[in-house]
Amino acid sequence: MFTGIFKDTSVRILITFMIVLCILSSFVLPDWMQNNFMYGLSRGLAILGLMLLWRTNLVSFGHALYYGFGAYAVALCQKYFGITDILLRFAIAVIAAGILGFCLGFILRKYREIFFAMLSLAFSMVLYGLLAKAEFLGSTDGMSISPSTLFGMELTRQYLFYLITFFVICAAISIQAYLRSTLGHLTTAIQDNEIRVEYLGYSVQKAIHIKYVMSACLAGGAGGLMAASLGQVDPDSMVNWNVSGELVFITIMSGWGNILAPFIGAIIFEFIRTYAFEWAPQAWAAIVGGTLLTIIFFFPGGIWSVIEKVFNYGKKKDVK
Amino acid sequence: MQFWATVLLDGLTYASYLFIVSLGLTIIFGVMKILNVAHGSFYAWGAYTAAFAIGFITDNDLSEALFLPAILISAILVGVVLGYIIERFILRKMYNQDIHLIVLATFGVFLIFEDLIIITFGVDPYLPYQPAMMLGWIDIVGLNRGVYQLTLILLASIVAFVCWYGLTKTKWGKLLQSVIYDREISVAMGIDVTKVYVVTFIGGAILGALGGAYVAPTTSVSPGFAIDLVVLSFAVVVIGGMGSIPGALIGSLIVGILRAFAVHQAPILELFVVFAVMAIVLIIRPEGLFAPPKPRKI
Repeated sequence: MFTGIFKDTSVRILITFMIVLCILSSFVLPDWMQNNFMYGLSRGLAILGLMLLWRTNLVSFGHALYYGFGAYAVALCQKYFGITDILLRFAIAVIAAGILGFCLGFILRKYREIFFAMLSLAFSMVLYGLLAKAEFLGSTDGMSISPSTLFGMELTRQYLFYLITFFVICAAISIQAYLRSTLGHLTTAIQDNEIRVEYLGYSVQKAIHIKYVMSACLAGGAGGLMAASLGQVDPDSMVNWNVSGELVFITIMSGWGNILAPFIGAIIFEFIRTYAFEWAPQAWAAIVGGTLLTIIFFFPGGIWSVIEKVFNYGKKKDVK
Repeated sequence: MQFWATVLLDGLTYASYLFIVSLGLTIIFGVMKILNVAHGSFYAWGAYTAAFAIGFITDNDLSEALFLPAILISAILVGVVLGYIIERFILRKMYNQDIHLIVLATFGVFLIFEDLIIITFGVDPYLPYQPAMMLGWIDIVGLNRGVYQLTLILLASIVAFVCWYGLTKTKWGKLLQSVIYDREISVAMGIDVTKVYVVTFIGGAILGALGGAYVAPTTSVSPGFAIDLVVLSFAVVVIGGMGSIPGALIGSLIVGILRAFAVHQAPILELFVVFAVMAIVLIIRPEGLFAPPKPRKI
C-alpha cells in the first residue's frame, strides 16, 4: 500500500509545503500567525476526513461529534489520569473517536444523502446535549487543558508546531496511500454507481464503513490537537451543530482535488476569521457567510480548483 | 397528578411554539426539497421586529390593543421581505444543485442575517414583556401560568386549522399538494412551479417569523437565541417525517412534552432526550413517523 508513496507528486508537494511552513514559523512568522497556522493545520485534519466522505457524496453535518469527542477525551485523560504527553494525547483522541466511529458506522453506513446528514447531526447533538448540561464536565464553560509535554519535558509552542506538522504529514500520507489503493479507488466508483460496485463483488457498505472510521479518526485527532493548542475545550465551540456546519463549509471552500487542499483551506479560513474579527467584530460571521456564498456561486470547485487553474495555465489540458 | 399537569401544560405550550416554527420548515422542505437552515433567521428577525414594535408602542403610550396587530404585522413583514430576498436571489439560482450545497448556502445566509441583527438592533437584549403583563396570570389546576403563554396554544391550533383547510379545501392547496407529490408531472400539467415556490417559501418564512414574534414577549430577545431553535425544529421535522404536516404536529408534541418532562424530572437530560429520540426515529423509520408511503418511480 505504501510502496512508492514518496514518489507521488501530491505527497512531495505536501511535504515541501509543510517544511516551508516549519522554516517560516521558526524564523519569520509572528506569534499570532504561527497560532493561526497551528489551528488551521489541526482543523485541516478534520477537513481531510470530511473530504474523504464528500468524495462518496456523503456529507456529515455532525462531524463535530468526533472533533469534540477527541477533544474531550484529551481533557478527561488529563483530569483522571494526568496524561499530558502530546503523543499520547493525539493517540487517545484518534483511538477514542475511531472506536465511536466504528460503532456508529454500523448504523450510518446504510444511510445516504440527507438522511446520512440528519442522522449524523442527531448523534452529534446527543453528545452536545450531554456535555452542555453535565456539571462534572464543566457544562457550557468546558474544561481547561494544561500545556502539553513530550516524554516528561515541557513543550514550547515552537515544538508543538513542529509536532503538529509531523502528525499532519503522517495522516495525509496515509490517506494518500489509501486513496491510491483499490479500496480508495472504490470511493469514486461508489459515487458514480453503487449497484455496479456491488456487482463487481465489493461490499459498498463495508467500503463506506472503513472510510467513515478513517474520517472519524481524523476528526478526533483534529479535536485532540485543537484542544492541546487552544488549551481549552467547551461544547459550544467544539460540539454544537454550527461547528459541524463550519467544518463542512471549510471542506467546500477547500475543494476535494488534493490531500493538501484541506490544510490550505483550513489555514485560509483561520485567517479570514482573524481578520474579519479584527476589522469588523460585529460582522465576522456575516463575512464568513458571505465567503461561503461566494464560493458556492463562483468557485464550486473550491480554492484548490483555483490553484490548479493557476498552475496549469498554458499547459495542455487533460482529456477527461 | 400535579406533576403530570405541569409537564402537560408546559409541554403543550412549548410544543405549540415549536409547531408554528417547524410547520414552516416542513412545508418548505416538502415543496422545495430544501432544508432551510436560514429558518432560524426568520425566527430571530420576527422576534426582534416584534420586540422593537412593542417597545415603540409602549414608549409612545399608544393603546395596548395594538400589541397583537403589531406582532402579526411584524411577522408578515419579516416573512415577506426576507423570504422574498432569499428565494429570489439565492435559492432560485440553486434549484438544480446538490441538496447539500443548498443546505450550506442557507447556512451562509443564516450567518449573514445573524450579524445583520446585531448591526441593526445592537447586542443588548430586548425584554418586550408588556403584552404578557397586560394579559396577567391565571390558575389552572393549582398552577400559576401566564395567560399569554396559554394563548400560544390557541394560536397554534388556529395555524394548524388554517393550514389544513388551505391545503385540502382550496385550489392553491391542491396545486401545492400536487407539486409536493410530483414536481415534474405538475410542471407538465401547466402549474407555474416558480410561483408556487415563491409563495411557499414566503409562507414558510411568515410562519417562522410568527413563531419568533409571538414568543418574544415571554423571553429575553438576545443575539444568538435562534441557534438552538434551528436544530430543535430540525429534530421536530425529522421525527414527524420531513415534509409531512401532520408529522410536524406529532413531532412538536413529542419533543415539547418530552422536553418539559426532562426539565422537571432530570434537567441534565433536557437536550439529550430530544436528539436521542431523533436518532432513534431515524434508525427505526428514516422517513419519519408519519411520512406518507412513497410510490416507487421508475
